[in-house]
Amino acid sequence: MSDTTFVYVPPSTEGKKSKAAASKLTGRKLRWTLVDIVILVYALVPVLWTLSLSFKTAETQTDKSFFPTEWTFQNYRDIFTTNEFIRALVNSIGIAIIATLIAVVLGTMAAYAIARLDFPGKQILVGVSLLIAMFPQVSLVSPLFEMERQLGLFDTWPGLILPYITFALPLAIYTLSAFFREIPWELEKAAKMDGATPAQAFRRVIAPLAAPGVFTTAILVFIFCWNDFLFAISLTSTEASRTVPAALSFFTGASQFEAPTGTISAAAVVITIPIIIFVLFFQRRIVAGLTSGAVKG
Amino acid sequence: MSELANEPSTRSQTVESGPAVAAPPPRKGKAALSEGKKAERKLGLLLCAPAAIVMLAVTGWPIIYSVWLSLQRYDLRFPDQREFVWFENYAAVLSDGYWWTAFGVTAGLTVVSVVIELVLGMLLALAMHRTLVGRGLIRTVSLIPYGIVTVVAAFSWFYAWDSNTGYLSALFNAESPLTDRFSALAIIILAEVWKTTPFMALLLMAGLALVPDDLLKAASMDGATAWQRFTKVMLPVMKPAILVALLFRTLDAFRIFDNIFVLTKGANDTSSVSMQTYNNLIKGLNLGIGSTMSVLIFIAVAIIAFIFIKLFGASAPGNDPGGKR
Amino acid sequence: MAEIVLDKVTKRYPDGALAVSEVDIQIKDGEFIILVGPSGCGKSTMLNMIAGLEDISAGELRIDGQRVNEKAPKDRDIAMVFQSYALYPHMSVRENMAFPLRLAKVDDKIVRQKVDEAAKILDLTQHLERKPANLSGGQRQRVAMGRAIVRSPKAFLMDEPLSNLDAKLRVQMRTSVSKLQKQLATTTVYVTHDQTEAMTLGDRVVVLRGGVVQQIGSPQFLYDNPANLFVAGFIGSPSMNFMPGTLENGSLSTGLGSVTLSDRVRRLAESAKAPREVIAGIRPEHFEDAHVLDEHTLSGGSTFTATVDVLESMGSDKFAYFTVEGEAATSAELEELAADAGTGDVSASGTQLVTRLSATSAAQEGAQAEVWFDADKIQLFDPSSGKNLTYAE
Ligand SMILES: Nc1ncnc2c1ncn2[C@@H]1O[C@H](COP(=O)(O)OP(=O)(O)O)[C@@H](O)[C@H]1O
Ligand SMILES: [Mg+2]
Repeated sequence: MSDTTFVYVPPSTEGKKSKAAASKLTGRKLRWTLVDIVILVYALVPVLWTLSLSFKTAETQTDKSFFPTEWTFQNYRDIFTTNEFIRALVNSIGIAIIATLIAVVLGTMAAYAIARLDFPGKQILVGVSLLIAMFPQVSLVSPLFEMERQLGLFDTWPGLILPYITFALPLAIYTLSAFFREIPWELEKAAKMDGATPAQAFRRVIAPLAAPGVFTTAILVFIFCWNDFLFAISLTSTEASRTVPAALSFFTGASQFEAPTGTISAAAVVITIPIIIFVLFFQRRIVAGLTSGAVKG
Repeated sequence: MSELANEPSTRSQTVESGPAVAAPPPRKGKAALSEGKKAERKLGLLLCAPAAIVMLAVTGWPIIYSVWLSLQRYDLRFPDQREFVWFENYAAVLSDGYWWTAFGVTAGLTVVSVVIELVLGMLLALAMHRTLVGRGLIRTVSLIPYGIVTVVAAFSWFYAWDSNTGYLSALFNAESPLTDRFSALAIIILAEVWKTTPFMALLLMAGLALVPDDLLKAASMDGATAWQRFTKVMLPVMKPAILVALLFRTLDAFRIFDNIFVLTKGANDTSSVSMQTYNNLIKGLNLGIGSTMSVLIFIAVAIIAFIFIKLFGASAPGNDPGGKR
Repeated sequence: MAEIVLDKVTKRYPDGALAVSEVDIQIKDGEFIILVGPSGCGKSTMLNMIAGLEDISAGELRIDGQRVNEKAPKDRDIAMVFQSYALYPHMSVRENMAFPLRLAKVDDKIVRQKVDEAAKILDLTQHLERKPANLSGGQRQRVAMGRAIVRSPKAFLMDEPLSNLDAKLRVQMRTSVSKLQKQLATTTVYVTHDQTEAMTLGDRVVVLRGGVVQQIGSPQFLYDNPANLFVAGFIGSPSMNFMPGTLENGSLSTGLGSVTLSDRVRRLAESAKAPREVIAGIRPEHFEDAHVLDEHTLSGGSTFTATVDVLESMGSDKFAYFTVEGEAATSAELEELAADAGTGDVSASGTQLVTRLSATSAAQEGAQAEVWFDADKIQLFDPSSGKNLTYAE
């Protein structure tokens, strides 16, 4: 996998030069460190704030302090003892995973065809998926709402999975075809010359090379499905299929007079964990995936 | 030599004999020979069919259906009053002050946030591209806003500015910023910009990577200042990447929903067109009006896309010829 | 070890392009044969057909007397080295070289032994555990060779294997490829567009143009007796000088003046029924500074005086460039060669003449020089068919 070139290649950092240049370099390093800190604060403060809220006790919830003055795990205990959140979490995970799997499989097939084969209608397919990528999702909400009610899909998993697949497919097709174009297909020929059957050539040479791209695409698609709110809140009505983002807005406090701040924040932290994991472990892949499709589609 | 110069005609004759000239392709074996091509086409179509069918079934047909619904009076609370009314719904929506307010809010939010994102995104892209320290770290960190669930981020901003809980409302001594129209809109823009600037930056960074280092060196040898190098060398080379980023972000911003839903619920004239549609449809259960709004938003987005694609010219992403082999 | 026979092999791509047309070649067991021609002339296509990577549209391919048109590449027992090396990026050097053996289900111990052996031959032993991405161009090239030799196939196919190396390394690798082939004595088909490689490597050279074989023969024979203008212009560096000429009573007049042909040349031209208007070709080394020659030699040719445009001293000899006034020789072959060399649109007035003079020549840049050329070494070509009128069997 190490050799599959990603579209974005970072420039190599300049090597050290003379002594005079060295002091200039430390100056520049210092400035860049400041810039880095600004970016760090920018990206992390809202996340830390949610984290802080989730650990605040009910009494200190309104103390307006950025850091908790009294720590508690009560909010987490609360959400994991109510069916409401657990059910939503199961929905979120199940729906996102199924939609991701289907979108990636269909997207891989289409992207392979687009990157490798010549067939009529290829341009149309590329154009249509681009259109869908820019499509105002709210325009679909009204007709889908009515259609799904008639088809009995309203408030079911498939009722959300279908639109997710649809809007994830353009993303999948774009990133995957960009990845596929990077694969040196001559290797397939080389494998055949080395005595491989077509199946062996695919399994032992092409699949290992395509896997990182497919995996990256799966992450992007998962993030997309995980993130959706509009469909989730429009096409569901009960706990049967409501995902966490939609469920959050239905959270109520422990009592009618108590704001659900703590539980919402705790739930928010929980559904942010997978995102943080992806970002931490697959930063390079995600960057490559996001930039590959976009610059030269 | 003199004779040769006088008779060039003999030499300029076209060569038509000799073993070197390939015969013009005879047509006889064509059907049999294009077998491979046919198989390729068939495989291509077969592989694309599932994706195409899903995309069309979930977008194509509903769009037509929503046009059909938009021509009817259709309120789920009064299903027996369902009736074909031609363009009555359109007249109702287009003469509705709330709709136009929402439209204005949406357009305003879109323009302001995309402009801010472009500037911040460019700065962030430059930082990610050129920083000498912690390149991986800042890239990782900037992906967090991109990846985080919009609603989660929106709640964070909501509680930050809420007059009961917020450290920011305390910091700025704001009474109730989320209930005042202008401060509420500003907060919506803040939430939107925070979340999407990294995405913009990534797209721009990919464009930055296309600017050859030698080009910048050549420009500085030619006496260009840093600012001139940026405006005269980098920006022109990056233009396609900038346009792609702007297109994606503009269309995305135009459908703004999540942030408004959480931050203000559309109160105090902060509703967007998506919010309006949602309210009419899910809250009001008025399918006719909801569908009309859906169609209008679709048209608006199509116009925006059209303008951008005109601007793109040949560099539109859809024009990619697609790799062969 | 194998004998490979191409019998009227033709390739037409599905889009209708005729890439290879009725090619007949008999490749002897153990022979090193070179396919050479400008880019796009069908060399790779031919190699891919031998490999089994492209279907043969018409004709027959036989390996050791057996028709193999329908055989899959893996059943032909042929190894191939690609221009891009096509190393598997996810496998180490060892795994790359072992891959063909693994597919053939060879015993692990033997795989190890064979890979080590090949690595030793190719000086790759210390790189066996590295990934291709961490190798230099020359090392990658050797891994590609190693993957081919490791399973002792019937034949090697090589598609411009050295064209991605820099000039110095290319020369170095050229000798090692040659040595390796001699050592293994395995039938080898080697594709190149570089005529120097063609001249130095092969037992025999096949010159291709537009999918059609122009001539097959040993490098020296092709050099001395090109069948037509195309081969004459392609083989040799710097290439043969061409100019239009007129034949009259056994003498030839060109931009260099009039010269009496030698008996040998005249007889050949007569028996080939040479037309009046011809294209004359003279190789650079058949020129010489008139001042360094004796009377006797001088009488065997003709002299002319012209201004030296550029003089390049190579130490061992000197290249002097002149401009010959008058029209340049034109023919489809020459245009194609010029286009391939990238000089197609350099249309200076007159013909550029390249001459190789001995190191003792006193010729100076910008000054007049008296130059002699050998009348017996002139080759005459038919401008319309391109055929060599002085071709000697
Ligand atoms: N897959 C293909 N489909 C159609 N035409 C092709 C294909 N591959 C090569 N050709 C054409 O066949 C001719 C010979 O190509 P090739 O064998 O690759 O040339 P070479 O290797 O000598 O440079 C060229 O004109 C090329 O355009
Ligand atoms: Mg080739």
